[in-house]
Amino acid sequence: MAELGRAALIVTLGLTAYALVAGAAAAHIGRRRLARSAQNALVAAFGSTLVAAGVLLAALLRNDFSFVYVAQTTSEALPTAYTISAFWGGQEGSLLLWLLVLTGFGAAAVTLNRGWARDLVVWVVPVFAAVAFFFSFLVVVVASPFATQQAPLDGAGMTPSLQNPYMLAHPPLLYLGYVGLTVPFAFALGALISGRMDERWLVATRRWTLLAWTALGIGQLLGAHWAYEEVGWGGYYAWDPVENAALMPWLAATAFLHSVMIQEKRGMLRVWNVLLVILAFSLSLFGTFLTRSGVVNSIHSFTQSSIGPWFLGFIAVVVAVSLVIVFRRLPQLRSPTKLESPVSREAAFLYNNLLLLALCLAILWGVVYPMVSEAVRGEAVVLGRSYYDFFLRVFGLPLLLLMGIGPLVAWRRASLRSLGTTFRWPTAFALATGVVLLALGAGSSVPGLIAYTFSAFVAATIVLEFARGTRARKALGAASWPRAFSSLISRNRRRYGGYVVHAAIVLLAIGIAGSSAFDSVAEARLTQGQAMSIGDYRLTYQSLEERSAANATELRARFAVTRGERDLGMLEAGKNAYTVEQQVSNEVGIRSDPLTGEDLFVIAEQIDPDGTVYLRVFVKPLVNLIWIAGLVFLLGSVIALWPDAREQRRLVERTRDVGVPATR
Amino acid sequence: MTLALLLAALLAIACVVTVAWPFLREPEPESDALEKLEPSERRRLDLLEARDRALAALKELEFDHRTGTVSDDDYRALVGPLRREAAATLQALDDGALPVEEVDAREGRPARERIS
Repeated sequence: MAELGRAALIVTLGLTAYALVAGAAAAHIGRRRLARSAQNALVAAFGSTLVAAGVLLAALLRNDFSFVYVAQTTSEALPTAYTISAFWGGQEGSLLLWLLVLTGFGAAAVTLNRGWARDLVVWVVPVFAAVAFFFSFLVVVVASPFATQQAPLDGAGMTPSLQNPYMLAHPPLLYLGYVGLTVPFAFALGALISGRMDERWLVATRRWTLLAWTALGIGQLLGAHWAYEEVGWGGYYAWDPVENAALMPWLAATAFLHSVMIQEKRGMLRVWNVLLVILAFSLSLFGTFLTRSGVVNSIHSFTQSSIGPWFLGFIAVVVAVSLVIVFRRLPQLRSPTKLESPVSREAAFLYNNLLLLALCLAILWGVVYPMVSEAVRGEAVVLGRSYYDFFLRVFGLPLLLLMGIGPLVAWRRASLRSLGTTFRWPTAFALATGVVLLALGAGSSVPGLIAYTFSAFVAATIVLEFARGTRARKALGAASWPRAFSSLISRNRRRYGGYVVHAAIVLLAIGIAGSSAFDSVAEARLTQGQAMSIGDYRLTYQSLEERSAANATELRARFAVTRGERDLGMLEAGKNAYTVEQQVSNEVGIRSDPLTGEDLFVIAEQIDPDGTVYLRVFVKPLVNLIWIAGLVFLLGSVIALWPDAREQRRLVERTRDVGVPATR
Repeated sequence: MTLALLLAALLAIACVVTVAWPFLREPEPESDALEKLEPSERRRLDLLEARDRALAALKELEFDHRTGTVSDDDYRALVGPLRREAAATLQALDDGALPVEEVDAREGRPARERIS
């Protein structure tokens, strides 16, 4: 069936080429049926890509090793769930998934918006088609998942670290995020080319951007949890270039989600917003280039391939074409209003944008520096953790503070007296928290203490906003307090969903500060019966066990754990020896305290034949708040994403008033 | 192999039909031109956006004042310009940018199909 997969991808290539050329021609000469035909081609491209994806999935599930891709990424012994995850575990399959999501998003975004923004959508189609054409070209010509061979008896298997439940969700979510950023890019460019610079492109893409941003955020958190549990080095984020590759577009998209509010509320920052959209999309392409080109060393990257130059060329074309189009539309992008005061909500959002962008560019410089230094000096110099930590503190801590300041400042301008009243309680709460923490010994890390104090400030502002809002809703006639609370959220989902997301960021900041600035580590060499201590934990090495799993031999050292007088039960740490892949992985032991959010994290670095274990043990305070932050983040995003019937009605009325023709 | 090629051919035919559908459905349409917004309609759309922006800003200001986020003094300083802005856009909509039905009628165009 490889022929069917190949043919389906060739059909996709043809359809995207048609959508690009016919779509551009139709928009240029103003032909309605040709424009609709180009839109249909984009929808059909999703169908044909779906067929190709089905063929690959079937080959994976059948263990059809005549497919080179299947033989390289799976084996007979691989559990079915990981066999499915092999779809995105290798270069060619993940590109196919990218194309599938891209054509799916394109078809959906165009179909959903052509009714009320048809004059805009006609230019969105060729932009989308151009991106889809590039990816279908890659899977047809450069990295086909349908190359065949004489079938070997068994496959090479999957890298052990990828055999983890988090790998079932982490990569697809990142792809949803990366690819989702194509939607605002295509609409922004469509609006620029067509000259339809009204609000519709923002409205059409708002939820897509939020969806992509949420998927990128959750995908990164799942990746961090995977690194924490599976990679076994004691951390969750290593400033690895490929990890940074996902963080950079997320930061750019975060900046856009804030600055777009200024455009919607005040009609300002039009050029800035389209530039942010172009930046976010270009960074998502750049991240893909980093993962696939082999130019950086990362545990996350695919093997070195010839795909890099294609990506680099495409990124160059995207950036150059986009900037030329923006430049040509500059007169139309001029804002009708100006910033009235440096003390206003829009100013706070602007400062937030500058800090987000500064952090994003500092990370970008850190990522490209090894390549630049190699090109200039012939030696690749990697910027280490201290570089990134420095900029995270310099830009991240003020960002955290601004998260609390922004929502409490009025639009347009606020008087200092008013600010004094508004900030009185949050500031008092934050200072009291800081003093108490200092007394408890948190002064051992100044950045950690500042992060806690700022987090307390932001948390207080969020609680205050919800409390005041609910009280106001009750005064306006809500039947009960719960009703007042729910009506507060339902009447302004973006604002209050945003506050819930801010609460998630507070939890994240507390978790990161606690687990990185106030953690402790101990190492020991233990024989059976011996014990070691870290903080008030005590681990006694009880036994060593060997057992067989489906595709690996598991070796586990068992420890009895106590904390003070309390017995915490047994904890296991050890290694897995994978039979087919001939690789060994660390399997860490983690004991979480649900009350304090603290983890006892045990790595069996080495297990000697005589049973002696070399242990590295961490105590990570508050680390579980990071994972809880993921759930809160998701809740806030869902609230913000939820369709707003009132807004929909207003938009329909507006288009009806102007007479934008209905869909035929 | 044969089955795969047969399925591939069917897929290709289905895609060609999908792409050609607008032409098959309307071989000889009355008009094949893309509807465009006239300058007056675009002006009206801009004004409607400005009106909605001003009204939403007023609503938000009222609510923020009620919650205490905006003080009485700031409220008094901000509400006047916002009301004037909303009034100006409403006035402009009444004066200059006529509803589309009226524009169509004045320019002798047939009534348009509308979003339901």
